Amino acid sequence: MPSPHQHGHDAGERLFVHRHTRIHSLPAEVKVVAMVAFIFTVIATPIEQFWAFGVYALMLIAVAAVARIPATVILPRMLVEVPFVLFALLMPFFGTGATVNVFGVTLYQAGLLAGWGILIKGTLGVVCSILLAATTPARDLLLGLERLKVPQLIVQITSFMLRYTHVVGDEMNRMRVARESRGFHATGIGSWPVIARSAGALFIRSYERGERVHLAMLSRGYTGRLPELTPYTTTSADWTTAMVLPAAGLLIALTAWWIQK
Amino acid sequence: MTSTLKISGLAYAYPDGYQALFGVDLDIQRGERVALLGPNGAGKTTLVLHLNGILAGGVGSVEVAGLTVEKENFQEIRRRVGIVFQDPDDQLFMPTVHDDIAFGPANMGVTGDELEARVSEALDLVGMAEFSDRPPHHLSFGQRRRVAVATVLAMRPEILVLDEPSSNLDPASRRELADILRGLDITMLMVTHDLPYALELCPRAVILSGGVIVADGVTRDIMMDDVLMKENRLELPYGFDPRNVPA
Repeated sequence: MPSPHQHGHDAGERLFVHRHTRIHSLPAEVKVVAMVAFIFTVIATPIEQFWAFGVYALMLIAVAAVARIPATVILPRMLVEVPFVLFALLMPFFGTGATVNVFGVTLYQAGLLAGWGILIKGTLGVVCSILLAATTPARDLLLGLERLKVPQLIVQITSFMLRYTHVVGDEMNRMRVARESRGFHATGIGSWPVIARSAGALFIRSYERGERVHLAMLSRGYTGRLPELTPYTTTSADWTTAMVLPAAGLLIALTAWWIQK
Repeated sequence: MTSTLKISGLAYAYPDGYQALFGVDLDIQRGERVALLGPNGAGKTTLVLHLNGILAGGVGSVEVAGLTVEKENFQEIRRRVGIVFQDPDDQLFMPTVHDDIAFGPANMGVTGDELEARVSEALDLVGMAEFSDRPPHHLSFGQRRRVAVATVLAMRPEILVLDEPSSNLDPASRRELADILRGLDITMLMVTHDLPYALELCPRAVILSGGVIVADGVTRDIMMDDVLMKENRLELPYGFDPRNVPA
């Protein structure tokens, strides 16, 4: 995806689409809270109220428009939900109770409805997280999680994972080149033991690197907490802006329940 | 006058029983640049890890600018002793160059504008100012090594300890790093197998062999002592003669 200025290709930055919009500038923790709250309202909406999901979809399209994230970015990334979609598509074929005939195929109504529920709620959730990842650099996301009181240990582990994905990946690549340079070609199950031993060696190497990194951290005064390096201010305006989405979602969900009764 | 580094009778055996150091004595004065030479397995890394208390529990003592290396002083000792490890990927673990350089001083309680000032000062010293916001893996190996030096300079250490600073560098990066190191006004202990580099940068050299200091003197004199060099598995590169190097 061409963008005005791309800042790199980290494991975490690859998903980020650099823009200067209000949504990009919101603090990460605000966006995380807004997204989770919105997803909850979507999940809580009765699946029979089809119109509600149409409105939810429009709301997310509006968010994408404000954040200037084009469909060409969002649609390909939605492929991650394909395995779940397959599951949802199977549901109408199994079940009990009332059936409908679609082009000569017998489908169960309950299964159809449940499949639709999984499909639409899942899709809305996926689009939400795509929007979050496209508007928030991975590093800010981690800072946001830290401010939301996610345990330091988990935040640190994730942050090291982002930092060292490339280093370990390079190492893996060098090992592959070394294997192939000595005539090894992965062909079928017979080559699995070799691959497995390589994986073991890679694990040991990464583990040893972990120890060396820890030494380097101790040498610079690490005491178990990463220091807060980026001073931040989250204003009430940030919260108000971000909460527009879940608040509107809540309104829709309540209306849907009211009609449902 | 207190020495910047004073090691007395330091002996250490690893928990598995392997004894690496057998009574090391070393005294380094303020502003000195000293090369620590020795064959593989001589105990160089073990010695380095004693300087800031990562390894401890043997016999003898280490003092940094008058402060004994012991558990109560670790935080201050780790500010005073800046170790640059051999693999910059081990040293640079934060998401950006800026954050990595800020890590040490922030652990020492430096915050706000003072922290930013430390970071830019350290970046300027190694000529990497424009790379502040880059993730480390976008840098070349030589650049990463320079940033690794900056991460410890930001702590304003009393002594800079470099483990194989010239390893894996191409000749231009190697020379650039030498220029940077020569320009620093700081006490330095450099562990290296790169003897021309040691001669270029360090007026004084010590040889650690078999867990003891076997020689301590002017770098050029040590390198011209063929018997001493041979006994300690030290060899000058082909065609290199210390006599031809301008003093």
